Amino acid sequence: MSYTADEMMTVTAAHALRDQMTCFVGIGLPSEAANLARATHAPNLILIYESGTIGAKPGVLPLSIGDGILAETADSVVSVPEIFNYWLQSGRIDVGFLGAAQLDKFGNINTTVIGDDYADPRVRLPGAGGAPEIAAACREVIVVIRQSRRTFVDRVDFVTSVGFGDGPGSRQRLGLTGAGPSRVITDLGVLTPDPQTSELTLSGIYPGVSVADIKGRTGWDLRVSADLSELPAPSEPELTALRGLLATMPASKADRVPPAAAASAPVTARATEGAAR
Amino acid sequence: MEGFTHLIPHAAGHEVIRQRRRDLTLVRMTPDIIYDQLIGAGCARKLVFSWAGNPGVGSLHRFRDAVEHAWPVPLEIEEHSHAGMANKYMAGASGLPFAILRGYRGTSLASQTAGVAEVVCPFTSERLTAVSALRPDVAVVHAQQADRLGNVQYWGITGVQKECVLASARSVVTVEEIVDVLDPRPGAVVLPSWAVSYVAVVPGGAHPSYALGYSARDNDFYVAWDAISRDRATFTAWLDEHVYHRPAGPAGPAGDAVLAGDTGTAR
Repeated sequence: MSYTADEMMTVTAAHALRDQMTCFVGIGLPSEAANLARATHAPNLILIYESGTIGAKPGVLPLSIGDGILAETADSVVSVPEIFNYWLQSGRIDVGFLGAAQLDKFGNINTTVIGDDYADPRVRLPGAGGAPEIAAACREVIVVIRQSRRTFVDRVDFVTSVGFGDGPGSRQRLGLTGAGPSRVITDLGVLTPDPQTSELTLSGIYPGVSVADIKGRTGWDLRVSADLSELPAPSEPELTALRGLLATMPASKADRVPPAAAASAPVTARATEGAAR
Repeated sequence: MEGFTHLIPHAAGHEVIRQRRRDLTLVRMTPDIIYDQLIGAGCARKLVFSWAGNPGVGSLHRFRDAVEHAWPVPLEIEEHSHAGMANKYMAGASGLPFAILRGYRGTSLASQTAGVAEVVCPFTSERLTAVSALRPDVAVVHAQQADRLGNVQYWGITGVQKECVLASARSVVTVEEIVDVLDPRPGAVVLPSWAVSYVAVVPGGAHPSYALGYSARDNDFYVAWDAISRDRATFTAWLDEHVYHRPAGPAGPAGDAVLAGDTGTAR
């Protein structure tokens, strides 16, 4: 069964979640992966959205973090101050699942502005949302992001959410209670932080992708782990489940992913960076 | 105006545009389509917010045009995280000058944003973040029901509206319907009539957002907004047709609900 780079990314991200984990879910790619995990190997995954829906069990993919289906299927619906103060800040959440516009080698995330001048940005992005405190307080953080030189930069233009800050020891100095990014999952492979330097290193690679490809789409001198492994291709049941989920929100998907990429361009042909975007 | 994806007071926002209000400081955690419209219509001088996007779709093009190109007027911004904004409302609702959280530390937000400061816990010496209270002049929210006395009830995703109403000097609540008696509902928030300034009946007043039990989120409109708002001329034509030239009346199909007049003034 052929599959796209995006499908490989989403399935790999879903694999990172274990059953019965509590997972604070960002919208977009993280929400797709978390719902895929719940539909496949992790039926008791506890999905928590910043809209205050705890234990949401949507049968279809929500377009926003506040779709009615999340409230209707949740174990509990709490106010926004409560979700951030009582549930997130207090350290009750296992994993924060985030997207990013820009990411650097220490896993710091920018979703605020592109360009050097905050007052006169080249591109104005949506901003922080819940991400800074998710990145600070969840026991671990998983980032899902499509990889390119534009998104994978040496230093982010603006630190919206802290990964490992300036390197080892930063999180402790800042008093951030969670452990920080445990892995970054892209459309090419998986990066994990080096235990000594905190720098993101390539530790997993997808079938048909070369290390040179990945280095060419990284804006810093990417180190490769000695334990680099090839990750398994998505199984047929996983692809079927994912496509079923995506089919439940055709309007938004049509907007985000060009039909050519969505229509199963085989990964060996590398649907290319353009198609993935 | 608050409403976390759910219960967003679109119709009330359109009335603000029709009245051609100017130089407003708009406050909202998640400015989405209605704030994009207010900003594009030139109503706002400043925006205090934590996430400005079209959820699940992409950019707010009118917001971006205002920040990047000062169109139609320059827009000053003060941005926070969601947790920061929620705590700023809580401080306002509590009558306190600031609230405390673990947040902002190590981010670039802390240095760009007014009203964020480090404090030391007097008991543990932990370094924490203080955020100044929000005290808006007016809160505008949408709810499912009010009773004839002006008590307001809403349920589903309840967001930060309670804190917003209690932090503000005055409040306007648009509701789907007036009922004789509010039936208790699991997870509902009830705002007593004496805590609310004005109630107006506006069925469908949240569209394209939704009111759980009354309407569904019009996701197709959120997706369609991307194309409408991308271009200044297309946006202006939309605004003319669907807001300025829309007289007071019942809710229309394209997010055109308008204020139908006060039915009850609660105090």
